Amino acid sequence: MLRFLTRRGLSAAFILLIVSAVTFFLFFAVPGDPARLACGKVCPPETLVQARHNLGLDQPIFVQFVEWVSGIFVGREYEGLGHCPAPCLGYSFVNQEPVFGTIVDRLPVTLSLTVGAAVVFLLFGVGTGIIAALNQGKPLDKIASVSSLIGASVQIYFIGTLAMYFLVFQWQVIERPRYVPLTEDPIGWAYGLLLPWIVLAIIFTANYTRMTRSTMVEQLSEDYVRTARAKGMSARTVVLRFALRGTLTPIATIFGIDLASLIGGAIITETTFSLQGIGRLSIQSVNNDDLPMLMATVLLAAAAIVVFNVIVDALYAVIDPRVRLS
Amino acid sequence: MTAVTITETGRGRRSDSFLSVQDLHVSFQTEDGVVKAVDGLSFEVEKGTTLGIVGESGSGKSVTNLTILGLHSSEQAEIRGEIWFEDQELVGASRGTLERLRGNRIAMIFQDPLTALSPFHTVGRQIGEVYRKHKGASKREARDRAVEMLERVGIPNARVRVDDYPHHFSGGMRQRVMIAMALVCDPALVIADEPTTALDVTVQAQILDLLKDLQDQMGTSIILITHDLGVVAQAAHNVLVMYAGRAAERGTVREVLGTPRHPYTWGLLSSAPRLGSSVDVPLKPVRGTPPSLLTPPPGCRFHPRCDYRNQVGPDLCSTELPELSPERGHGDACYLTLTQKQEIFTQLMEGR
Ligand SMILES: Nc1ncnc2c1ncn2[C@@H]1O[C@H](COP(=O)(O)OP(=O)(O)O)[C@@H](O)[C@H]1O
Ligand code: SF4
Ligand SMILES: [Mg+2]
Repeated sequence: MLRFLTRRGLSAAFILLIVSAVTFFLFFAVPGDPARLACGKVCPPETLVQARHNLGLDQPIFVQFVEWVSGIFVGREYEGLGHCPAPCLGYSFVNQEPVFGTIVDRLPVTLSLTVGAAVVFLLFGVGTGIIAALNQGKPLDKIASVSSLIGASVQIYFIGTLAMYFLVFQWQVIERPRYVPLTEDPIGWAYGLLLPWIVLAIIFTANYTRMTRSTMVEQLSEDYVRTARAKGMSARTVVLRFALRGTLTPIATIFGIDLASLIGGAIITETTFSLQGIGRLSIQSVNNDDLPMLMATVLLAAAAIVVFNVIVDALYAVIDPRVRLS
Repeated sequence: MTAVTITETGRGRRSDSFLSVQDLHVSFQTEDGVVKAVDGLSFEVEKGTTLGIVGESGSGKSVTNLTILGLHSSEQAEIRGEIWFEDQELVGASRGTLERLRGNRIAMIFQDPLTALSPFHTVGRQIGEVYRKHKGASKREARDRAVEMLERVGIPNARVRVDDYPHHFSGGMRQRVMIAMALVCDPALVIADEPTTALDVTVQAQILDLLKDLQDQMGTSIILITHDLGVVAQAAHNVLVMYAGRAAERGTVREVLGTPRHPYTWGLLSSAPRLGSSVDVPLKPVRGTPPSLLTPPPGCRFHPRCDYRNQVGPDLCSTELPELSPERGHGDACYLTLTQKQEIFTQLMEGR
């Protein structure tokens, strides 16, 4: 297991390096001069040159990239701007401070939003899937399949906007979503994010219901499930310990994909519910020409996807011992 | 509506056998119609003996034995008849009663140990959990018991192997694990459904020997389902030949394999090895195809494939359903006279 994780961790690190290089060079190609921003509105040519030098922009791009990467590990010095402690993801001229601080402020919002919603739709989807599988062809099964069909066909900007309009503004049954740090007030945290969680759950649950149901139906007719019954295991044990185990692998797969797409789609979700997470931050940095900030958010999203992949791979091995062989 | 119905005329348990199946009917509701998988089957198993059940695939062997354990879903299967086991009637038994019997008093060994064991749990856990469930043992005790059982079925280095997963074992070793799991609670009856079919020949013989040894040690009764007469010859005391969900012939191994009386049994035997010879010769299929269980042929279920029905007299075979007779001992369900049966079989043997 340890070897497996090390190997996956190393390859993840490698992928991240590639992604950051590509991002870095792409952003370098984008028109716009960070030094001009750093230098302010009225900017005499000498000062501009000085600013370029301070930011290291007069160096070859390769050197800049190496400095940027090493900044992440050891921090770096921006002449005339100050020290950017490790992990230094760059310096935002708009905010006049290192990028990292802002990211750290915003990240909990995005994580609470996505991971919270993910937990809700995972539990709910798997639960309804099991119920549907155990009631094959009966009314409960039909209700589950119809509602999951509806859920799967709506989009966040549609039902999210509707929910905001009616539930929050028209009928005022729930407060406007807001972020309260979990550590300060767990109940306020959950309550503040309840609406987005529910909306995301409605959209994403369907996948899990269908996947769980169909895999569960297969698993229930597996020989080893019959063996479990033949040795006197209770119906509950048979379903939860045996049949469910076999359905977890495909669920882990779509869960990884969904988490990644939630992070990637944070822009839409956060805009819909006006929450100040990484998604909103990336839009703001586009509007402000804040390239270092934008680049950090892009990298962060990429990192999240890579990390989720590693986690899912590790989960496979935890779920199914046969995977551990290779 | 309950799909499981109990016949009202309970005859009660026969005193001399500890498993008694009486007039069992099992049918499945399918899209094509009602499949009559078991259609009026009666048989008995005596304590400490092995009953071999033989028949072509689809003759209802597995369905019968899954019924004993109550493993058919009551929504799909309609079950009539009686199954008496140690003073309990099982067809009408509650789920709780059945759960307490399964794996405890009656255990099952399935054909393919690779698919029949959970790939997600160690063999020690799979064996141990049966013991914990039925004997209320602690985790520790269950594990020790699992090691003991693995040693008993001849798995080397059991103390280490107990933490392995089924895919770490070879086919034969896996079936030993399955047997260990079946025997962990000292069951009175073990049902082995084609336990050696998925294994290669040398391993087959080892597994059959193992079952026999364990039976000698523990006095377990065994139902050994197979389509291989060689297996029956090697490992069973009594035989039940099944055809289309019914009994065609029943008796001791010597009676049924030595002086078979039913034309279907002759068919099975015609290519099979002589009593006591090697186990690896497959059955030559009997002429014709097995009957449809949706619309079984009227009269003797075997008559469309039978070469001897002309000797019985006009139309009897295709109209009247023959019953197993005599009621005890060597019995068969065929209208030919005993003399006819003896003569025909003698001729068949000479013709070989
Ligand atoms: N759950 C089920 N639903 C419908 N038909 C079934 C079911 N289980 C078994 N059958 C049918 O019952 C017949 C007997 O099957 P089985 O007992 O498995 O035969 P075998 O003697 O080979 O073990 C077969 O025709 C099979 O298709
Ligand atoms: S009863 Fe008739 S058809 Fe059936 S096996 Fe005997 S001879 Fe053949
Ligand atoms: Mg079978």
